[in-house]
Amino acid sequence: MSAELIIHRAGPALSVQDLGRPGHMAQGIATGGAADRLALMEAAALLQSPKVLPAIEMAGLGGTFSVTAPSRFALTGAPMRATLDGEPLGWNESHVLQPGERLEIGGVSEGVYGYVTFAATIAQPQWLGSVATQAGLGIGQLLAEGDTLPLTGDPDPEEPPRRLPKPDRFKGGILRMMPGPQTGLFSTATLQRALATQFTRDAAANRQGVRLNHDDAPFPADEAASLGSDFITQGDVQMTGDGVPYVLMADCQTMGGYPRLGSVIPDDLPMLAQAPLGAPIQLQLLSQEDADALWQPDSARLAALRSKAEVKIRDPHQIRDLLRYQLISGVTAGDDLDRDDA
Amino acid sequence: MIQQHSMPAPEVLPLGQDGVLVRFAKQASFEATAACLAFQRVVEDANLPGLTDVVPSLISVLLQFDPARTDRAAVTAATSALLDGRDWLHDPLPAPKRCWHIPVAFGGQFGPQLTDFATVSGLSEDTIIAEAQETELRVLAIGFAPGQPYLGYLPEGWQVPRQSSLTPRVPAGAIATAIRQMVLFTSASTTGWRQIAETGFRPFLQERSESFLLRQGDAMRLHQVSHDAYRDLLKDNAEGLGGARCEVLS
Repeated sequence: MSAELIIHRAGPALSVQDLGRPGHMAQGIATGGAADRLALMEAAALLQSPKVLPAIEMAGLGGTFSVTAPSRFALTGAPMRATLDGEPLGWNESHVLQPGERLEIGGVSEGVYGYVTFAATIAQPQWLGSVATQAGLGIGQLLAEGDTLPLTGDPDPEEPPRRLPKPDRFKGGILRMMPGPQTGLFSTATLQRALATQFTRDAAANRQGVRLNHDDAPFPADEAASLGSDFITQGDVQMTGDGVPYVLMADCQTMGGYPRLGSVIPDDLPMLAQAPLGAPIQLQLLSQEDADALWQPDSARLAALRSKAEVKIRDPHQIRDLLRYQLISGVTAGDDLDRDDA
Repeated sequence: MIQQHSMPAPEVLPLGQDGVLVRFAKQASFEATAACLAFQRVVEDANLPGLTDVVPSLISVLLQFDPARTDRAAVTAATSALLDGRDWLHDPLPAPKRCWHIPVAFGGQFGPQLTDFATVSGLSEDTIIAEAQETELRVLAIGFAPGQPYLGYLPEGWQVPRQSSLTPRVPAGAIATAIRQMVLFTSASTTGWRQIAETGFRPFLQERSESFLLRQGDAMRLHQVSHDAYRDLLKDNAEGLGGARCEVLS
């Protein structure tokens, strides 16, 4: 049976994302994938999936969805107004969508990028091992009203809904940065000044990069005008010709000639992706050894989140269609009536 | 040759938690790019454990590794050993195996910064258009965007820095220049380079059977066409060749 996800209404920047396609720098392809990778891991934890599943990334505004086969789904990343047939849904939780029901997702209340991930698994054809969209670079396209996506089917629709604690990455903060190949082109005074500067997230921010605003003088580098184009990695803090910093994000270019102050470590990029306009941002320089010691595989991040994703015990008054819920699950924990933490 | 003075030893530098960058020069040259290609082969032949990718640019080679299987100290030590005892900046770029001939429209709406580039460089627009066609360009690297070539090197008079402010948008097919090089944009982009021409040639189209057309080291020749002829070339350009022809060199 071929199940489908139907998109009845789409915000202006909806795209399918996974963890991207590493290993294709030689063809000029950045890894790409979700702007907030942690949100995809949170979704996998909520859905008890052993691996990260493709998700729909929603920048600022969501859409309306239905499915032709039952599927659990997780709502993660920037919290958005969400309803299921008109009933409000909790964010950073998993829920079940039945055929005939409408999932409506509105605007963000905090942060920038919200995600809806279906356990039934979006089964678009992969390209170079990934379904990630880089619409601005000609890889895939944004989703539009009327689109349908193939689903493979929920492997465990009886698995109970779960919740995770509310994340704390929607208000800016400190970006930990390691030295990069061009750090030495900046004078010590310029570097120290950048580290002491209180930046704010500029209006210029997208999947390619986030511009940081400040009132101070620009941050120039030696030899910048004639520098040969060199490799860029996600997180690089690039100073354009006028000395204004951009932090490069998921769909960044793979090479460039503007000098980079350093590289923000991957663990801090979800916070920057989710920082709203005007949010305070500060740079902190780690030694290369300290930055290397902070490396962790995605499997470790996912395992940590899985242990936090607890089963929701709900107030029966707030369970929609209670009869069906009990018939499907058959057994409850027995303390449902004593709990009011839905 | 762009730099005549003697070059310093290659530098081994960090790029992210999973990268070691070997930089042969800070400024681009045929010798630096040749060194990148030669060192890439040496690293690949060495089969270092834990390496996930070895990629050359114009001036550097990036060694990406899996920190779960190796570490920076091991990769750096192996890299330094492979670099030792060779004058990497001695060899010219190997001869091209093929040459792409690309129709382009210069100036006007298709090269909105040709006049600006003429002012900044001090070259006349006629000289720019003539030298752009007389130069056998080489694909020095693929990068910035998917399948996108860095092309060079143009004559001395083209040594103009990138703009200090970015141009908000150049279209796919834009040919822009800085520091004696050109970039042929494969998708609409922000850039600090000045757009002097446009082509219907698309080195990257995801849906085309051959998504990527160019390889590092390929030669390229630009051929001027009139704006009207260029508009005609765009009318039937689903395959993204834009009238380009690939000549195989013996």
